Amino acid sequence: MAKPANPDPSEWVDRYGDYLFRYAMLRLRDRSAAEDLVQETFLSALSARDSFSGNSSESTWLVGILKHKIADHFRRQAREAPLADNDLREHPDPSSFDGSGHWTSGPTDWGGNPADLYREKKFLDQFTECLSGLSPNHANAFTLREIEGADTGEICKVLNVSETNLWVILHRARMQLRRCLETHWFKKSTGKGS
Amino acid sequence: MLSCKDVTQLLSESMDTSLPIGKRVGVRFHLLICKFCARYERQLALIRETVRHLVAAEETAGGTLGEPLSEEAKERIRRSLRNP
Repeated sequence: MAKPANPDPSEWVDRYGDYLFRYAMLRLRDRSAAEDLVQETFLSALSARDSFSGNSSESTWLVGILKHKIADHFRRQAREAPLADNDLREHPDPSSFDGSGHWTSGPTDWGGNPADLYREKKFLDQFTECLSGLSPNHANAFTLREIEGADTGEICKVLNVSETNLWVILHRARMQLRRCLETHWFKKSTGKGS
Repeated sequence: MLSCKDVTQLLSESMDTSLPIGKRVGVRFHLLICKFCARYERQLALIRETVRHLVAAEETAGGTLGEPLSEEAKERIRRSLRNP
C-alpha cells in the first residue's frame, strides 16, 4: 500500500515555481498575470493539501490547479472584453485576396525541413512572440484549442461565443500567426542556411 | 465553386470539426489544382506541429524554454505561503 505523499509547501516555490511559471507564461503571455496565478495556485494547494491523495505526483496535482486558474482567467478576460462585431466582420489579412477571393500573391514557400525548425530555440521564441501579437480573444481561443487541446464545445463555454464564431476566430488566429511567421522568420531567414 | 478565401477558412475549420462531405470533397479538389492553398494547408499543419513541440518541450526536461520565475516573485510567493 502506498503511503499518501505529504506535500511540503516550504519547498514548493523552489521545486515547482519555474515550471509552473513557464507553463502559465506559454498560455497567458503576460508576466504579472502568470506570477499571480502561480501564487494563487500555491495558496489554493496549501488550503487543499489535506485532499491531496498522493495518487498523482505533486507536480501533476499543482498543474491541475493551475489549469483551472488559467481557464478562469480566460473567462474573466472574455467577460471584460467580449468579442466585438467587427472582430468577426473584417478580414484579418485583407490584402491576401482579391475581390473574387483569389490569392493576390499567395503564401511564400517556407522551404526546409520542419523537423529542423523545432530544434531552433529562436524559431520557438518567434512563434510565441507572434502568438503574443494576437488580440487576447484570438490568442486565448488558439491557446485553448492548440496548446490545451480542448474541444470546441468547451472553448465556447469558456469564451462565451457560438461555435460558428469560434471557427472564425480560430481561422483568424491561424491566418495571422502564419502571416507573422512569414514576415518575421521565413522572409528574414531566406538564405540564412539551416 | 470554392474560392481560395473560402478554402482557407474551411481548412482551418477542418482542424476543429469534421466538414460535411460536400465541402470536404470541394476542398480536396481545390487543393489538387491550387498550389497556394496546398501550401497554406502545409503551413497550418506546421503551426500545429510547432505548438505540439512547445508543449512537449515543456513536459520533458522540466521545460527550459522561456525565462524562469524571477527571484523577487519567488520571495513574494514564499512570504505569502508563510502567512496565507
